[in-house]
Amino acid sequence: MPEPLTEQQVLRVAALARLKLTPQEIRTFAPQLNQVLDYVAQLNEVDSENVEPMVHAIELSNVLRSDQTAPSLPREAALQNAPQSDGRYFLAPPILDVG
Amino acid sequence: MSPAPSVTSQLVSQLESGELTSLALTQKCLDQIAARDSQVGAFLHVDSEDALSQAARIDQLRAEKRPLGPLAGIPVAIKDVICQQGQPATCASRMLQNFIPPYDAHVITRLREAGAVLLGRTNMDEFAMGSSCENSAFKPTHNPWNLDRSPGGSSGGSAAAVSAEMLPLALGSDTGGSIRQPASFCGVVGMKPTYGRVSRYGLVAYASSLDQIGPFAQDVYGAALLLEAIAGHDSRDSTCVPRDVPRYAESLDRPLEGLRIGLVREHFVEGLNGDVEAALREAVEVYRSLGATIVDVSLPHQKYCVAAYYLVASCEASSNLARYDGVHYGHRAAKFDGMIDMYATTRGEGFGDEVKRRIMLGTFALSSGYYEAYYLKALRVRRLIRNDFDKAFEHCDVIASPASPTTAFPLGALNKDPLAMYLMDIYTISANLAGLPGLSIPCGFDSSNLPIGLQLLGPPFEEERLLRAARMYERSTNWPRRAPR
Repeated sequence: MPEPLTEQQVLRVAALARLKLTPQEIRTFAPQLNQVLDYVAQLNEVDSENVEPMVHAIELSNVLRSDQTAPSLPREAALQNAPQSDGRYFLAPPILDVG
Repeated sequence: MSPAPSVTSQLVSQLESGELTSLALTQKCLDQIAARDSQVGAFLHVDSEDALSQAARIDQLRAEKRPLGPLAGIPVAIKDVICQQGQPATCASRMLQNFIPPYDAHVITRLREAGAVLLGRTNMDEFAMGSSCENSAFKPTHNPWNLDRSPGGSSGGSAAAVSAEMLPLALGSDTGGSIRQPASFCGVVGMKPTYGRVSRYGLVAYASSLDQIGPFAQDVYGAALLLEAIAGHDSRDSTCVPRDVPRYAESLDRPLEGLRIGLVREHFVEGLNGDVEAALREAVEVYRSLGATIVDVSLPHQKYCVAAYYLVASCEASSNLARYDGVHYGHRAAKFDGMIDMYATTRGEGFGDEVKRRIMLGTFALSSGYYEAYYLKALRVRRLIRNDFDKAFEHCDVIASPASPTTAFPLGALNKDPLAMYLMDIYTISANLAGLPGLSIPCGFDSSNLPIGLQLLGPPFEEERLLRAARMYERSTNWPRRAPR
């Protein structure tokens, strides 16, 4: 049985996932996550020592296509759903403090 | 007994002969939606004007004797996770409440070419995560057979719309059973094709190595016709396999000679409802009477499917849903303190509980120090699950199983207990992990008059075999002709 995650660890995972959770959500999710982690721990019963991980059901490799240009979305269409735009670019909050 | 007539094939011939116009049919569908959908809640968005004008155009082309596609004039509903230019695609999430896709998914392009009338957008669990349709940010969908029950999920809106005869066909998506389980709960036919059979271009991604788009229909013929229209290669999805698409609808009525039906030992476990098991065993007897042999097969890793699935799917989801950052499209928080806080606040506000849980589980399982123990372990078990199927299919042609361990559960019964909800997917999940095709077909009713689904699974790219096997059963029973009142 794995060590249960503490609320502190759940907060850390939320920070990694860029999810702001309320204290109530943390209290609800922590035991639910622990219940699921307990459940998935049964995979440890399976001997998979020499088994290759299977990432995809249809294991294709090197799917190549010819390097041809094709029309892309018009700027207006690409920007139509932007939360904030100046009509030319997506606008985002500043990343660096420019003092 | 004479074979049950196929509703969809009758519809197609009535449209072809001119006995029925697409305009009249589309209006009939809109009338049924007006009559029933305030109770069922299958649709998030119906654009009547657009649907009627598509129908009128098809009627016009038909009158001019122009060549028409195989779905000419037939209304189809679209799960709200598939992009259709100019119509909302909310994925039943506050995050995408105002999102209007600027392009068509590949399957939408194919449906337009086939002459289908795109009639509306159906409700679902948010971002296709759920098994009850209660995780929609906007409203739950109700089961047409009993409005207190769940229609299943995540494609619950599509299943309910077809079941309540609001229209003959609908598209859904299936990542862990999201087509087959609601099909079984609502008493309709639903099919998940082989991974790579249908392009995912324009399908909003949940778990990319598991997601597949597939058909819902009132009968097997409808499912065959719709699959035929959407299947086939598309260079915009590099996992979509370049392989010819059989004429599924044409071969449908040719019974399979010497069919071997596999029953999986590990499927008969605690939790399987008695009525569901009895209906499965009766369906198997129908096959036996049609000349099939019944074979006992084993899937030794069956009990690990749910665990492997929730790790793989959540890991992929945590990566796929990183795109909702409040910059390019979707919700952006009104108040925040700097860029990182803008991401976190936007995502905290935009996503519902189940989506947050899966993002958290996936982020944790992929995080430094846990990746090997959780994600890679799940992928190793995934291969063992696939190997089990390869061995089983050396002894049988199709596997018959329940689609779900129970019939439709009451709304509200499981949504506070995520793990109990996940366990509802035990019979469907393995096909996604292994990439196999599967379908659910109605096979009876429980003591509360709720539909039961028979699941058939086949080897990769054997959709034709599954559809023919399903049609053999459909022809010799009367189940598919019953509809909820």
